[in-house]
Amino acid sequence: MAGARVIPLHDPERDAARRSRHVEVVPEPAQQQSGTPDWERRLADLLSFARRRIAGDYQIDEFGFDRDLTENVLMPPLKPLYEKWFRVETIGLSNIPMAGGALIVANHSGTLPLDALMTSYGIASEHPASRHMRMLGADLVFRTPVLGALARKSGQTLACNPDAERLMSSGELVGVWPEGFKGIGKPFKDRYKLQRFGRGGFVSAALKTGAPIIPCSIVGAEEIYPMIGDIKALARLFGFPYFPVTPFFPLLGPLGAIPLPSKWYIEFGEPIRTDVFGENAADDPMLVFNLTDQVRETIQQTLYRLLTQRRNVFLG
Amino acid sequence: MTPKVVLVTGVSRFLGGHLAARFAANPDIERVLGVDTEPPPRDLLRRMGRAEFVRADIRNPLISKVISTANVDTVVHASVTANPAGPTGRTAMKEMNVIGTMQLLAACQKSPKVQKLVVKSTSAVYGSSSRDPAVFTEDMGPKDLPSSGYAKDAVEVEGYVRGFGRRRPDVNVTTLRFTNFIGPRIDTVLTRYFALPVVPTVLGYDARVQLLHSEDALAVLERATLHDLPGVFNVGGDGVLLLSQAIRRAGRLNLPVPSAAVPTVGGFFRSARLVDFSPDQMRFLNWGRVIDTTLLKKDFGFTPRWTTQQAFDDYVSGRGLKPLIDPEMIEAAERGILDAAARFR
Repeated sequence: MAGARVIPLHDPERDAARRSRHVEVVPEPAQQQSGTPDWERRLADLLSFARRRIAGDYQIDEFGFDRDLTENVLMPPLKPLYEKWFRVETIGLSNIPMAGGALIVANHSGTLPLDALMTSYGIASEHPASRHMRMLGADLVFRTPVLGALARKSGQTLACNPDAERLMSSGELVGVWPEGFKGIGKPFKDRYKLQRFGRGGFVSAALKTGAPIIPCSIVGAEEIYPMIGDIKALARLFGFPYFPVTPFFPLLGPLGAIPLPSKWYIEFGEPIRTDVFGENAADDPMLVFNLTDQVRETIQQTLYRLLTQRRNVFLG
Repeated sequence: MTPKVVLVTGVSRFLGGHLAARFAANPDIERVLGVDTEPPPRDLLRRMGRAEFVRADIRNPLISKVISTANVDTVVHASVTANPAGPTGRTAMKEMNVIGTMQLLAACQKSPKVQKLVVKSTSAVYGSSSRDPAVFTEDMGPKDLPSSGYAKDAVEVEGYVRGFGRRRPDVNVTTLRFTNFIGPRIDTVLTRYFALPVVPTVLGYDARVQLLHSEDALAVLERATLHDLPGVFNVGGDGVLLLSQAIRRAGRLNLPVPSAAVPTVGGFFRSARLVDFSPDQMRFLNWGRVIDTTLLKKDFGFTPRWTTQQAFDDYVSGRGLKPLIDPEMIEAAERGILDAAARFR
């Protein structure tokens, strides 16, 4: 169906991305145009933000996405983690459309869903349209107090077909991690081995809305918390899907919660079109299975390629 | 088809009473009958003009006689309510909601003149939980059936209405699933809740709240009565407010209560006769609920004039709710700090 894919040894896009990173280092002269110093403008922004928050003067969408809060409070703390700690390099950002619905499908790993946070920060900060990725999360996230409310405010919603279809048909960029807890909570020895891709619900949602599927491969997240054990009894006690044991957690307590500074690559593959299969494509289980496999295979092959190109876990 | 004789239930309450008043002002309608167990308050009665008030209990078979002798052709069932009459009123409310609907439908079924039935239902029939999709469309059902309270009443009422629709396919049945009402004049659990000086919420949760202005609600009920628009429709204003945001807009203080202490706090507010929240409304404060109103706009042909936010602001200004911190003071403080900063430059 998909046929053999040609995988270039030297991806021109990636080289271009590397080159463009050097260009970015040049400081922007636009900062000093009006007479007011930078700190004062920032203070004014901060104050007007505080006033908006106190008065409740902001808009949220029907999913509970609070753009004002996300851009001013939730996103900024991710910047040092993204730029300094993991030194994330994104490849193929141009595969994400400037507007309109699309579905990003990525591999999941790392015990805690930092890969999801980094991907969404990467798109918001580096994509020319700085789009907000709306992720589909597990039921557990939304059941948990505080976390559930935060997830909704930052634009996430429950992983179910009605929500996915509604988001994509209203032109949003949707992110999904179909491996779920099987992927994020897999032992370290299984790193970069894709788990089962759910039941392919995301593919039928994309087929129904005709949104392209963008396979996304994340390298580096597997090494942040190498999970060498799983205490089932504690997991059951707290109602978690797993209770991770890493070389430093729970041995060093809260210090063990610091992720290892691995070097990350996030590659967005070529969009897979879903609007070419006709009207009732979503009701054809064979097509859904095949597309799911195609997406999974693409991600897996990209992961292997990125891994062979990586010389060192921490230096890249 | 414009109805000739309209019967409205629940006229001693805001919606039923004002609806009867609107029909009374419509010269195309020959006769308007308002039914309730207690007479409407005097100002409401004055508004209702030529509408006739029938003091009857819809739980009583007498209602059948009223419908057949007056040749009622359109019944607007607006008495299903979420607001119990008092601290002990919940059992009575359930009886009124469920048994009352059964009797009313039985009476409608027997009378061949009845051509149209409009039922005021609620979006509470979708339930409220963490496992629900973010936005409900009309074809969705609740993840777990509401086990008590108003939501359960409404689910049962809708069940009986569907049964009636099957037995009398010649009758146009319109079921309207409303979100919570808000407005300067209407009195509901929610309007009393937001008027509290310190508003208790559940710690760690922030519900998405969709509201409908009470005037829009009246307009929708009126339109459903005057036109033939059978079906089930979600009715709610555009846009969403977060519970915390709404409390801020009302200028109130938010008091987060840990989930474990919620029943105690709820009990305190009930016994102090401030706000009477049922468990399903408590769940609503946890998760909230948003409904899709595409069908309302496309098929029903109505777009609410107020968005959720506008309706809420209208409620805040109409009730004269004074914010605890004056917004002008905040603006003055903002200007003051910026001026001070400019001097340091």
